[in-house]
Amino acid sequence: MQTQELEKIASQVRRDILRMVHGCQSGHPGGSLGCTDLLVELFFNAMILKTDSSGNVVFQMDGEGEDVFYLSNGHISPLIYSVLARRGYFAVSELASFRKINTRLQGHPTPHEHLEGIRIASGSLGQGLSVAIGTAQAKKLSKDNSLVYCLMGDGEQNEGQVWEAAMYAPHHQVDNLITFIDVNGQQIDGPTDKVMNNRDLGEKYKAFGWEVLHMAGNDAADVQQTIASAKKLSGQGAPIMVLMQTEMGAGVDFMMGSHKWHGVAPNDQQLADALAQLTETLGDY
Amino acid sequence: MAQYTFETKKDTRSGFGAGMEYLSLNSPKVVALCADLIGSLKLEAFIKNSPERFFQTGIAEANMIGIAAGLAVGGYIPFATTFANFGTGRVYDQIRQSVAYSGKNVKIACSHAGLTLGEDGATHQILEDIGLMKMLPGMVVINPCDYNQTKAATIAVADYEGPVYLRFGRPVVPVFTPENQTFEIGKAIHLMEGADVSIFATGHLVWESILAAEILKENGIHADVINIHTIKPLDTDSVLKSVVKTGCVVSAEEHQYNGGLGDSIAQFLAVTKPTPMEFVGVNDSFGESGKPAELMEKYGLNAASIVEKAMKAISRK
Ligand SMILES: Cc1ncc(C[n+]2csc(CCOP(=O)(O)OP(=O)(O)O)c2C)c(N)n1
Repeated sequence: MQTQELEKIASQVRRDILRMVHGCQSGHPGGSLGCTDLLVELFFNAMILKTDSSGNVVFQMDGEGEDVFYLSNGHISPLIYSVLARRGYFAVSELASFRKINTRLQGHPTPHEHLEGIRIASGSLGQGLSVAIGTAQAKKLSKDNSLVYCLMGDGEQNEGQVWEAAMYAPHHQVDNLITFIDVNGQQIDGPTDKVMNNRDLGEKYKAFGWEVLHMAGNDAADVQQTIASAKKLSGQGAPIMVLMQTEMGAGVDFMMGSHKWHGVAPNDQQLADALAQLTETLGDY
Repeated sequence: MAQYTFETKKDTRSGFGAGMEYLSLNSPKVVALCADLIGSLKLEAFIKNSPERFFQTGIAEANMIGIAAGLAVGGYIPFATTFANFGTGRVYDQIRQSVAYSGKNVKIACSHAGLTLGEDGATHQILEDIGLMKMLPGMVVINPCDYNQTKAATIAVADYEGPVYLRFGRPVVPVFTPENQTFEIGKAIHLMEGADVSIFATGHLVWESILAAEILKENGIHADVINIHTIKPLDTDSVLKSVVKTGCVVSAEEHQYNGGLGDSIAQFLAVTKPTPMEFVGVNDSFGESGKPAELMEKYGLNAASIVEKAMKAISRK
């Protein structure tokens, strides 16, 4: 798919995120908006997904023969929900139930309510990379050549389990795994270099044995090219890490440039101001 | 003549190893993970038979639980193995989110549960693991009593779809249950018939309960002895049937009172049939270094304690 097409979808997804978070007055718009271009590229272009004879996506828990995506930073749930719904995993109208009582769209993603497209619960940070590696190893055992993708936050890199997983994947040559870190430089209590300095993530992952790529995460063309390069590096003995520079709140001018919009819902006026900056391309839910 | 006898003593962890050896040959979807304790978990035969289905994680238990969950998504049946302390308490949130809440078919199989690992002391002796695991919605909790039963339980949990905590230990204990038994998850085993007191025991305390019942018999007291190998789901039918007959209860386990088998039975009886009950277990303390038998004696986890608690329970009828 052409990047212009993907940008149109991304604009709609950003509207969905803002309207979902506004609708329940809770949730995390900042990271969701920042990672929108990545998830749109993955689900609408890069990933091979299981479809039926009419081309509609079909969810199968074991992901056999298709690419599998894990969201480790589960707080950006509005993004994954919007992308899954827009891709056809469940009805777009269900987005209105986000974080409301009896919803399948829980505050953080879970397979507990049998939501199509979600294979593992995330929200407690630091766990998703391990799960992604496990599924990548299952694919190898089953001689399934499809890939596993994973997204983590840069604040999430503070968690020790991430580094256990970082050590494990190269040791076991898990080379069917492409992982992204949302390097927006922000976490809850402030900029990552003030809260807990990650220093040079690229050098760290390289030292652990990963192939490291850099990507401009809010530039649809660069996202597409970098993922294509990452795929070419797969199957060569090392796991692949893409450090993705993004802006928290990308797409809405007043939400960018700080950690302020990590986990705050816009009020009515702020929603209106934000939506005015994003074209409704596919119809609001 | 004693009703139960034994020819050998073996460790329950070796029963686990034998179960895994069987699964390496008979269950191609079973995979094993271990955090630098292959020898302690008796995984050598599994690894020899199916090296491609074994994953060494290094000393990184949190990652091991996540990898196991990811393998389960891909259709495999992972056994994540280490010492009970490091496989439950240390990684509680990983089990909670990536396994239990996510409904993944992961078996957490742990050795060195309880006091009986001995000399390593309290840093390695977990007495809270049954409680931690049984609190997780949907988690099955199993503590078999000897080598044969642990082997059978290992094979049975591989066939069961859903998260399981399988707990076993290090010391050699009498092998008195049948070889090649079939193991029914959630079905208690009635060992001795009696109408004076019910003794519900799990794990290493099952043999001690048999010894206790024999001592009681010499004194004209007949105990109903039941092996509750599955703490969750609890076989409430068997518990009720026995208690209706005896009218008083002793529970026996190598675990804290809090969160253990006794606490599950007491909760059940409180709402169905309030009954005088006594507990054999560790009462809100950590363990310490020592020989297994010395520790069991010091913390009151043996036949003598069970006899004492049985007399007390009977006196409260
Ligand atoms: C284990 C754990 N500790 C704390 C939190 C609370 N928390 C949610 S998001 C977040 C910050 C995450 O930072 P980052 O990964 O950079 O995500 P971003 O803020 O960029 O969206 C924290 C601390 C959590 N969800 N999980």
